[in-house]
Amino acid sequence: MTAQAVVDYLAAQQRLESKLPAPDLPWLVELRDGGVERLRDAGFPSLRDEDWRYTNVQSLLKKPFEMGPIGPCDVDAAFVARTAIPSLECYRFVVVNGIPIPHLSDGTLMPDGLRVSSLADLLVSDPSRLEPYLGKNLVPDPHGFTAMNSAFLGNGLVVEIAPGQVFDKPLEIVFVASAATESTMAQPRNLVVAGKGSRLQVLVRYVAIGAQRTLTNVVTEVIVDADAHLTLYQLQEESKNSFHIGGLFAKLGRGSRFDAFAITLAGGLVRNDLRVDLDGAGAEVNLRGLYLARGRQHIDNHTQIFHNEPGCISHEHYKGVLDDRARAVFHGRIVVQPDAQKTVSEQSNQNLLLSRDAEIDTKPQLEIYADDVKCAHGATVGQLDKDALFYLRSRGIAEEMAKRLLIKAFASDVLLAVSPDSLREHLLTRVEMMLTD
Amino acid sequence: MLSISDLMVEVGGKPILKGINLDVAAGEVHAIMGPNGSGKSTLANVLVGREGYDVMRGSVTYGDHDLLALTPEERAREGVFLAFQYPVEIPGVTNVYLIKEAVNAQRKHRGESELDAIDFLKLVRQKLQLIEMKEEFLHRPVNCGFSGGEKKRNEIFQMAMIEPRLAILDETDSGLDIDALKVVASGVNALRRGDRSILLVTHYQRLLDYIEPDHVHVLSDGRFVKSGDKHLARELEEHGYGWLEEPADSGAGHSVA
Repeated sequence: MTAQAVVDYLAAQQRLESKLPAPDLPWLVELRDGGVERLRDAGFPSLRDEDWRYTNVQSLLKKPFEMGPIGPCDVDAAFVARTAIPSLECYRFVVVNGIPIPHLSDGTLMPDGLRVSSLADLLVSDPSRLEPYLGKNLVPDPHGFTAMNSAFLGNGLVVEIAPGQVFDKPLEIVFVASAATESTMAQPRNLVVAGKGSRLQVLVRYVAIGAQRTLTNVVTEVIVDADAHLTLYQLQEESKNSFHIGGLFAKLGRGSRFDAFAITLAGGLVRNDLRVDLDGAGAEVNLRGLYLARGRQHIDNHTQIFHNEPGCISHEHYKGVLDDRARAVFHGRIVVQPDAQKTVSEQSNQNLLLSRDAEIDTKPQLEIYADDVKCAHGATVGQLDKDALFYLRSRGIAEEMAKRLLIKAFASDVLLAVSPDSLREHLLTRVEMMLTD
Repeated sequence: MLSISDLMVEVGGKPILKGINLDVAAGEVHAIMGPNGSGKSTLANVLVGREGYDVMRGSVTYGDHDLLALTPEERAREGVFLAFQYPVEIPGVTNVYLIKEAVNAQRKHRGESELDAIDFLKLVRQKLQLIEMKEEFLHRPVNCGFSGGEKKRNEIFQMAMIEPRLAILDETDSGLDIDALKVVASGVNALRRGDRSILLVTHYQRLLDYIEPDHVHVLSDGRFVKSGDKHLARELEEHGYGWLEEPADSGAGHSVA
């Protein structure tokens, strides 16, 4: 099945290749060809791959998804307004099935120093702005899905923050998976470049329209230059028939800071690969994750942090709540290279299982090749605290409500660091809604 | 108010209470004393419906209710309150949130409207004063980082807010220094009322120096072996519980009556 899927997708890529933006740009052709080769050679991952031992993608591969022209765009201003986060002031961009939609986006309202462009446009109009970065964070391409994204590389969003520019108002990017056909696929490729000393918060939301099968195979590359501070919230709110393969690859410069949140509240099968390279002395990364899953949802978070330079800091804190037959995977790898003395690294993964049939496979992994470091990691799996539940009930709080209260309390500390308040409140409300319906 | 009849309770298949009879009238304060392992805490827990206590025989009537048929939250809403021996820490839930939910659960059950924020805060301040607690405790997670004494005080504060009809205080005096004990006791005394009954479960008599009971019962090996008035507690203090383990016919000299 895997082999057939590779053949099908490679054929689709061949048909589409000449229609992709800038089909003759040498470095771009090389990048796409690299993806094609990698996909042909490695294929899609299977349970035999150590990094995919617990995540079976057969249901995703058994029937090909269709790439290409989106059907009638059923996303309009009313939809955007309806999905907007209440009282959150932001610059908004809407991308439907991987294609930026200018008339639903704030492209013309952007302040000086913050540029948000369609990747397709930029590949044609000014590719030199992309050449230094695009594809550079994925060497080597980690698996068949990222390779496929590179092979089809054509559209997505590019965010450029000029050096020294500080923005208080966040940038929101809404990726809509709109099921135009029975199996619609989007493969956006995004790039965020935060110039020296700049500062911005970016909120990325993945939503779906319709209950049909969709695949979002997204790759986002992030460059945080020296002393810049980038915050990236990723909120997964697609449907239970959505497949989501997300790759986030970040490189951090000297003294920079990158805060990333991965919040997964929906999606049938979700796999997030997150790799951060601390490439400059004194850089800091804070990763926080929250996954709530039930039914037969499957959520897999694979994270890797590479301490490549001295004096860098990494904090990673992922929490999950699993009910019914839901399954989650957490694999957190931290590598401290020989030169990365004075590293401070701390990682935790805590899970709450609400049902006997729910399952978590958690694997914190620390590889230390330097001697002067401070590292700690750990994982916990538990159930609701019976004593706490009884305590609440003994005060007159109904059992169901008491459970929700404890689950929310468990989950919400991941969200404490979220700002602005309106975004944090929205996320807390979403978590609560998940627990009530 | 409360009538316990021939109550037998097992924990994990082991008989702990072996036929308890007790009648508590409205407005009365009963002290239940006894050595460790006599079943005091089991009695307290079974009255509030904690899991893991199997009632094998007997009945508990509370007002018009078969108390044992009610869920823990139903008992609470009917006015049964337990001040825990070991108050539970609940990270992520603030004290004030818990208390507000608890108070409103009672009010809703009685068909009253929920307290608005201003009235609630007014009530909170008044009760905090009663138990000499600082307002900052309200905004901390329930019992998290509280000292032993602060936890016990927080229990009495909740009791003052909830205003139960039957309050069960399980070893509320343990872990309190004398000053804290006095504060807690005066808080409890302030809550004594003609329509509110209190069960004081305690190992030591010293709490009873400050909260004067109407009746004292001595529990030993799952049975009440002695009942009397407040003087019984003092005699227990003098003689200890040692006499309980001796055969009943070992001599009148050990009698505490």
